[in-house]
Amino acid sequence: MGMIPARFDYKQAGSVAEALQLLASCDDAKLLAGGHSLVPLMKLRLVSPSTLIDISGIAELQEITDTGPVLRIGALTRHRVVERSKVVAQHVPLLAHVAALVGDPQVRNRGTIGGSLVHGDPAADLPSVALATGATMVVTGAGGERRVAAGDFFVDFLETAVGPDEILTAIEFPKRTGAGFGYEKFVRRSMDYAIVGVAVQAGDQPGIALVNMGSAPRRADAASRALASGAGVDAVAALAADGTNPPEDLNANADYRRHLASVLTKRALLAAGYR
Amino acid sequence: MSLIGARVLRKEDPNLITGQGQYVDDLAPAACAFMAVVRSTEPHARIVAVDTSGARAMEGVLAVWTAADIATLPARPSSLPGMDMPLITGDVARFVGDVIAVVVAADRYTAADAAEAVIVDYESLPAVASLAQALAPDAPMIHPVLQGNTVFFQDYTQDLSAEFAAAPHTASLSLVNNRCAPVPIEPNVVLADWGPAGLTVWAAFQAPHHLRNTIAAFFGISQDTTRVIAPDVGGGFGAKINFASEIFLAAALSRALGRPVKYTQTRSECMVAMFHGRAQEHKVDVAFDDSGRILALQVQVTQDQGAYPDATGMGLPVLTTAMSAGCYKIPKVAVSWRNVVTNTTPVAAYRGAGRPEASYMIERVIDLVADETGVDPIDVRKTNFIPADGFPYQTHSPLAVYDSGNFAGALDELLRHVDYAALKAEQAARLADPTAKLLGVGFSSWLEIAGFGPPGSLEAFGHLASWESAQVRVQPDGSAIIYTGASPHGQGTVTTFAQIAADQLGIDFDRISVRHGDTAVIPQGIGTMGSRAVAVGGEGVKTASTRVFERAKKIAAHLLEATEDDIVVENEEFHVRGTPSKSVPWSQVAWKSFQPLELPAGMEPGSLDATVFQQVPNFSFPSGAYCCVVEIDRETGRVEIRNMYLVDDCGTVINPMLVEGQVHGGVAQGIAQALYEHMQYDESGVPRTATLIDYLVPAASDLPGYVSGRTVTLNPSNTLGAKGVGESGSVGAPPAVINAVVDALSHLGVKHIDMPATPQKIWSILRGSK
Ligand SMILES: Cc1cc2nc3c(=O)[nH]c(=O)nc-3n(C[C@H](O)[C@H](O)[C@H](O)COP(=O)(O)OP(=O)(O)OC[C@H]3O[C@@H](n4cnc5c(N)ncnc54)[C@H](O)[C@@H]3O)c2cc1C
Repeated sequence: MGMIPARFDYKQAGSVAEALQLLASCDDAKLLAGGHSLVPLMKLRLVSPSTLIDISGIAELQEITDTGPVLRIGALTRHRVVERSKVVAQHVPLLAHVAALVGDPQVRNRGTIGGSLVHGDPAADLPSVALATGATMVVTGAGGERRVAAGDFFVDFLETAVGPDEILTAIEFPKRTGAGFGYEKFVRRSMDYAIVGVAVQAGDQPGIALVNMGSAPRRADAASRALASGAGVDAVAALAADGTNPPEDLNANADYRRHLASVLTKRALLAAGYR
Repeated sequence: MSLIGARVLRKEDPNLITGQGQYVDDLAPAACAFMAVVRSTEPHARIVAVDTSGARAMEGVLAVWTAADIATLPARPSSLPGMDMPLITGDVARFVGDVIAVVVAADRYTAADAAEAVIVDYESLPAVASLAQALAPDAPMIHPVLQGNTVFFQDYTQDLSAEFAAAPHTASLSLVNNRCAPVPIEPNVVLADWGPAGLTVWAAFQAPHHLRNTIAAFFGISQDTTRVIAPDVGGGFGAKINFASEIFLAAALSRALGRPVKYTQTRSECMVAMFHGRAQEHKVDVAFDDSGRILALQVQVTQDQGAYPDATGMGLPVLTTAMSAGCYKIPKVAVSWRNVVTNTTPVAAYRGAGRPEASYMIERVIDLVADETGVDPIDVRKTNFIPADGFPYQTHSPLAVYDSGNFAGALDELLRHVDYAALKAEQAARLADPTAKLLGVGFSSWLEIAGFGPPGSLEAFGHLASWESAQVRVQPDGSAIIYTGASPHGQGTVTTFAQIAADQLGIDFDRISVRHGDTAVIPQGIGTMGSRAVAVGGEGVKTASTRVFERAKKIAAHLLEATEDDIVVENEEFHVRGTPSKSVPWSQVAWKSFQPLELPAGMEPGSLDATVFQQVPNFSFPSGAYCCVVEIDRETGRVEIRNMYLVDDCGTVINPMLVEGQVHGGVAQGIAQALYEHMQYDESGVPRTATLIDYLVPAASDLPGYVSGRTVTLNPSNTLGAKGVGESGSVGAPPAVINAVVDALSHLGVKHIDMPATPQKIWSILRGSK
């Protein structure tokens, strides 16, 4: 019970091409980035891949590039790097702010932004940033690169648009320089996953996204629309949980989660400068 | 200068904080094999078949045992007849975590794979997952020897119906003392090596001699060839005085395989296999007058024993009911208790073991009386306190004769730190502002029974005796080694005992070592539990040191040609009082103590060596007063502790830094019980909080800073005056926190909220009030 994963092979990939090749040649292989979601599942034997393909050494996927309209962040960039990056703080301040709220320093020193997004955990923090800011995912496969909007990326519980033979290589965040933002993470214990979280991005293309309010990370569509059309914070917050089907667990039943979603939305909106 | 009361740095720390500690899992003798355990995933089920063929066929697997393979061995020691906990259960699994098979392999990874390959075929049986289910009419039964699921029932010790009928007011309260998992950083770990010369067992354990004696009896072998070693132990909180089945299984497997066998529990196993604590329900009735004076108290405790009653677990409600009156002079107290089995992890000692339950109950009752009468909780406490000159005080229980304390003094000291009037004003102001967080102020005037103890106190739990051993041995160079039976598991005993010895011997603290934990080295011993190490074991070190010092003085007097009564020691030099020039160093005295020609007539060589089996006449009674200030978010229901004020009275303080460490740790566990931790089962008996994702152990960042104060009343049962402080925080904190939460919500008519006070629970109350 716990701690010791089933037997597996371990391979290192030095480049994206090599990783794709290894993925294609091994049955039932899994990519290993920071290992901070995958390894716990393996220790509990909830997943038992035959092979781990370690991509964490691929240097080209750890760069943060300012391309003008967007900030392109390599999928293997660690949370800690994102949290401390000056360009990220300047152009996508919501991302820098939320990266600093993921787990604890040890987790942030290992975990990667790409791993966090591809894992598709509805309770994770960073997917909400991608959704609220309207980021684009760059997915690479044998046939080359394709781009997937954040809104189409999160499919279901631990399921994203990345196919079994594909790699998320980068995330493109539209710049939100100077725009207000807010993030509210409700936890019972510091450093935990959110019981409910809400991300708000202000600006000319505002967005609101929810953490742990359904089987996948999701935008608060009704609330986002209301915000774009100029509704006040109370009216927007009242719509936060619209259309959600929140999970139930020991910390929160569905009613409580809906309530928290609207309380936190209001707080995040106020933090983002809305009145 | 005395070292008693000095803030001396821990001798233990250089090793531990540089990673040089030696825990059982660090030991890796040659040819060591590894054990893994197959545990029941069913709360209650008939075991139809256990298919071990896949595991046996794996390369590197050395043994796979099921119940049939240990048929000649007895059940787990400390079980109750007819309700024995089998080391490996063969017919029926009675809780999730019950052992069904064990596997040994040449390496840890193969062992884990082989355990995974054992296939168990279950036929589910109806289970009882809670006290309510276990006590329902026609409830499914766990042990056929019982009529129902009650193991033991003690009816009210007296009939108080007349007192209640005559009282001006009465009130009642139902309380749940939530089940907690101990969660030491180091889980249960054992390494057993059974060779031709005998059996050696390294175990993460709090009472090595107790384990040695038990293992020898279990296997029918002689104690002289049975050796138990508890090296560095990474916390225990009481759970490591329980005889974990794995210890006996590892030894039996080592005998069978002829090689060392190691077992390291995983965290997931630890959550369900290491015995839990608390798990009580209380029904309380109180009679009182207009002034808040309590006239009579009636308490009924129902203790969940889990699937297999343990001797320690059976004692928990005895301690709770003995301490039910707390710090208060209550004319009539009737207590009743019931021990009940359920299809859950067994319940036994956990930091405080029975006393936190009592203090929580009586301190909630005090606040209830305050609420009912409109008298301030501070005044209700003061009205009912046993006065400072009221000791010794015979309680309703023959077990508890309080021997010292100053409860009003501790509360007054607390109120020097807390601006109560200002807090109450702030509370009112916040109530008037709907955007402000609610404020609550809660107190607890707590008292516990510790320093186990007087003859008979530990024998009742199966121990050899209740003394503690101490041996002081001066070495030829004048340094000293202390051997103690009070084997620590993180307390800092090596430091405090050296402080005590240094004072008595006049030997430098840096030249005193303290050894513990090895039954081949320590004369005999009992162990560290029930906040007894300093109060009993430390007193033993003092007694033995004094004896050695008296003999050293004799030798010094002989060498200085002076009379013994004139000899004093200073800076490790013996000299004649008033004549410092005439002196002999400790090292000389020590050296010569081994040389027959240098000794005074009648003294034997090697006599600077004394062993004491320290007895004490009574338990000790640490007490104190705590205050907790909470803020509650009105929209989310989240409780935040703003301040925590702690006044402890543990008698003489040997080392304030270590006392603070114990208090802070105990309070952290108390806050954890009040706000975070709750071991829960679903209706069928499946644990819902068996990982540290769901079982919320708070981190340092979740806890407030503490303001500490102190009062000192001496323990009359030893010459040190020390009472023990290992459990205090966990006794005092939960009621202070919950009293504060209830205070914050009392304007809504809230009279009680069960632990843990989770945001969702509080939100439901706040929502209901709208
Ligand atoms: C104690 C602890 C606390 C945590 N707290 C939080 C928290 O508060 N909030 C939070 O959001 N997260 C939290 N996490 C999760 C953490 O953020 C992880 O780092 C993150 O979820 C996964 O990133 P990773 O790089 O570790 O991915 P991995 O664990 O290596 O991989 C996760 C999954 O994604 C796949 N994958 C990884 N990278 C790629 C890629 N580039 N392309 C395709 N597939 C890929 C892997 O195959 C795997 O299936 C916590 C983790 C731990 C251990």
